[in-house]
Amino acid sequence: MQFIGNQFTQSTALCGNDLATFPDFPAEIRAPAGTTFGVSAFQINFGASVIKTSGDDCDMVVAMNPAALKVELPELKLGGLILVDAGTFTERNLHKAHFDTNPLEDGSLSPYRLIELDISAMTLEAVKEFGLGKKEALRCKNMWTLGLVYWMYDRDRQVTIDWLNEKFANLPDLAAANIAALNAGHAFGETAEIPDGVHGFSIGKANIAPGEYRTVTGAEALSWGLVAGAKLAGLKMTFCSYPITPASSLLHTLSNLMDYDVVTFQAEDEIAAVCTAIGASYAGSLGITSSSGPGIALKAEAMGLAISAELPLIVVNSQRAGPSTGMPTKTEQSDLHQAVFGRNADSPLVVVASRSPSDCFYVAIETIRLAVKYMTPAILLTDGYIGNAAELWLIPDFDSFESFPVEFRIDPEGYQPFLRDEKTLARPWATPGTPGLEHRIGGLEKDFDTGHISYDSANHQRMTEIRAAKINGIADDIPLQTVEEGDGKGELAVVGWGSTYGPINRAVSALRDEGKKVSHIHIRHIWPLPKNLGDLLEGFDQVLVPELNKGQLSTLLRSQYLTDAQTLSKVSGQPFKISEIEAAIRDRLEK
Amino acid sequence: MNVVTPLNKLTPADFATDQEVRWCPGCGDYAILKAMQRTLADIGATKENTVFVSGIGCAARFPYYMATYGFHTIHGRAPAVGTGIKLANPDLDVWVITGDGDALSIGGNHLLHVLRRNVNLQVLLFNNETYGLTKGQYSPTSRAGTRSPSTPMGSIENPVSAVALALGAGARFVARSVDTMQKHLPVIFKRAHDHNGTSFVEIFQNCIVYNDEVFAEFTAKDVADDAEIILEHGQPLIFGKQKNQGLRVKPGFIELETVIIGEDGVTEEDILVHDETNRALAGMLALLEPPSMPVAIGVLYCDPRPSYDDGVKDHMDEALKHSSGHDINALLRRGHTWTITD
Repeated sequence: MQFIGNQFTQSTALCGNDLATFPDFPAEIRAPAGTTFGVSAFQINFGASVIKTSGDDCDMVVAMNPAALKVELPELKLGGLILVDAGTFTERNLHKAHFDTNPLEDGSLSPYRLIELDISAMTLEAVKEFGLGKKEALRCKNMWTLGLVYWMYDRDRQVTIDWLNEKFANLPDLAAANIAALNAGHAFGETAEIPDGVHGFSIGKANIAPGEYRTVTGAEALSWGLVAGAKLAGLKMTFCSYPITPASSLLHTLSNLMDYDVVTFQAEDEIAAVCTAIGASYAGSLGITSSSGPGIALKAEAMGLAISAELPLIVVNSQRAGPSTGMPTKTEQSDLHQAVFGRNADSPLVVVASRSPSDCFYVAIETIRLAVKYMTPAILLTDGYIGNAAELWLIPDFDSFESFPVEFRIDPEGYQPFLRDEKTLARPWATPGTPGLEHRIGGLEKDFDTGHISYDSANHQRMTEIRAAKINGIADDIPLQTVEEGDGKGELAVVGWGSTYGPINRAVSALRDEGKKVSHIHIRHIWPLPKNLGDLLEGFDQVLVPELNKGQLSTLLRSQYLTDAQTLSKVSGQPFKISEIEAAIRDRLEK
Repeated sequence: MNVVTPLNKLTPADFATDQEVRWCPGCGDYAILKAMQRTLADIGATKENTVFVSGIGCAARFPYYMATYGFHTIHGRAPAVGTGIKLANPDLDVWVITGDGDALSIGGNHLLHVLRRNVNLQVLLFNNETYGLTKGQYSPTSRAGTRSPSTPMGSIENPVSAVALALGAGARFVARSVDTMQKHLPVIFKRAHDHNGTSFVEIFQNCIVYNDEVFAEFTAKDVADDAEIILEHGQPLIFGKQKNQGLRVKPGFIELETVIIGEDGVTEEDILVHDETNRALAGMLALLEPPSMPVAIGVLYCDPRPSYDDGVKDHMDEALKHSSGHDINALLRRGHTWTITD
């Protein structure tokens, strides 16, 4: 299902539509087919207008078995279109999906438009000349269905034909069978009589700015951003990670970029991963580690070491639903407090959050810039939704990015490991191998001047203060908070961070079209916060913070600015719908 | 990299820092520190290319007393930090300093994996069979029955053998020495240094405060000759004050036995010759315990194979052959792209 979703995405992009996708799949690798918990779904929102979310309620649901229908029907608009493979609506499958009666027969689908086709049978017919076994032949039914959907939305099949030929280069029969199924589905649409009111749709090209485009997932954009950021810093990257859902795709992508001088290391555990990254940074490389919430928890002590030793370190957290193992493939934004506060002692660091798949590229570069300039660990927050989702991306010209080359300390004259730059308060980065700068550092408290071990009480006060001051000072080096949508003053500020960007933005736009005095503020720099944010929030009567958690950013805003930020919480493992945010805004404005 | 011949070879004193050493007076760590400073001088090491990495514990203070680069990290994780240092700069000479609690308890996983991967660094495990810095609790190498603040009725756990564990993890260099063996330690350190891959050295180290003389039954001067066997590659496994005891395979068994040359018809030809490359022999030597058997000291096993560093370098060299010159613009345009015009 994910494969054909990606194919539809590609062909839709080539049609000139704007789009956003939302892959939603189970944690199990081969979850039992036909069960509701085994449903693997792929949602795409596309159109001739600018797309900022993967969509609210669907106009069409394609259900390949009863379980898929059961799970996805609540997402369908009344009057929406359902395409089902009627061949799978057997007693056994209905039972597995917990249907007491067959929904194709009991009238429960009457509020919708239903196309029921025995796709299984038609697929078997279409591929019979290739002599595949029944099981293999039935696997082609996704392609048959894709062919029909391509016809309905007038997509070009060629991109998929090319992909199949490439994927099955060594199995030409399988390639040919899948292409035959695709063509058969398409031909069915052209020739068969489909129920009333169902026809081919024509969707115009979106008004998209000129330039070179691609589709990109968050995991790809983040990987490339890390490579780009290391290059701008003039550093070799050492990426150390332990497999965890949904963060592993970063490790996979970067492991294939050795030709970009990327060293990747699959560690024995989360702690080893962060410690190896710290060792790499200590030795003059850019140490990066990546995980998801439970793994980040294991890294906390080592992040404290990097804070104490004042070494650059990038920690990527692809957030997922928790606590504990939670729901590995479902998205959440519930690690904000973990990122900002989640270590022993006063241990400040930098936290930056990406808002969309393509935004990961820019956020990765920004995170690296701050980490190396201020000799500090920096956490990049993304989430499972951003990582897997795809969107169109106007590919930037890398030559237009400003570099920030690291200058390692090489002059032994007056060197002390913790003597700080007066402006940034960063200590010098002196790496092993440099003659005359031999020094010893670690997690014990250090003397302010000499860097030697110190248990002096006044010194610890001073060191704690300066570690905090260094991170707080970064507020002078990050962009001021802007308003994404709307005015700098008004009745209600909707403040978001991370992947809620799309639905908040659409909701605010829609209500502004109605004349509501509502604005959208989206925070990228979570810690330190932009220095004008407090003043900005004061310009609004109310502050509403939609978050996929129980109110973590709003707690932060309340503590920092004594503002009465209100939470709109959602923790269902699914992104916000535009309508949910719209409703919450209306509710607040009516009060 | 240019090779620069130092004009004046450094002396052991050049490797000492100005930091006040904070180990207890009489601690075995002093002797190990001295042996290390002498070793680095002997092998012509440079201060700038040498890095000591440690975790937490008494042994972990070691880097502060070496005038090289040093990183005192967190409990048990030094092998991981050391691996990162080698990934970033394989030319550095990295020594991981650890203890029995640090390496075998909280950091057991990292020890297993650094040995298995064969990262080119040295791991020196100071084994004193106790948690010194936290005031004398039993450790994973403490013998069953050890009374300590946390085991007032005696420990009911079996100890782990550091060298047997290292061999089991796939280490390609496994050696042992004793803090008081000031002539032997530098020899072993030099061998460890010269080995390509992870070198694992267990050092029996006396904790004068919490576990004094715990190794005395085989390290004390008056018994050592009979209670230890000093391994030499290619030499017969002979020991004892009279040099008349030896090890041989017990006839009919897969185990070693001690025999006396000249008794029961045993001659020197019957004694096993030490072969460092024989893993099975190393495994048997690792498990010899007093009082019935002598404790094996020296290089138990040395059979190099390519290190992890070598593998990384090979892959990077291969990948860089196909490099587009690190062109980020090309990276961003991999796969399908298309252009939209006005």
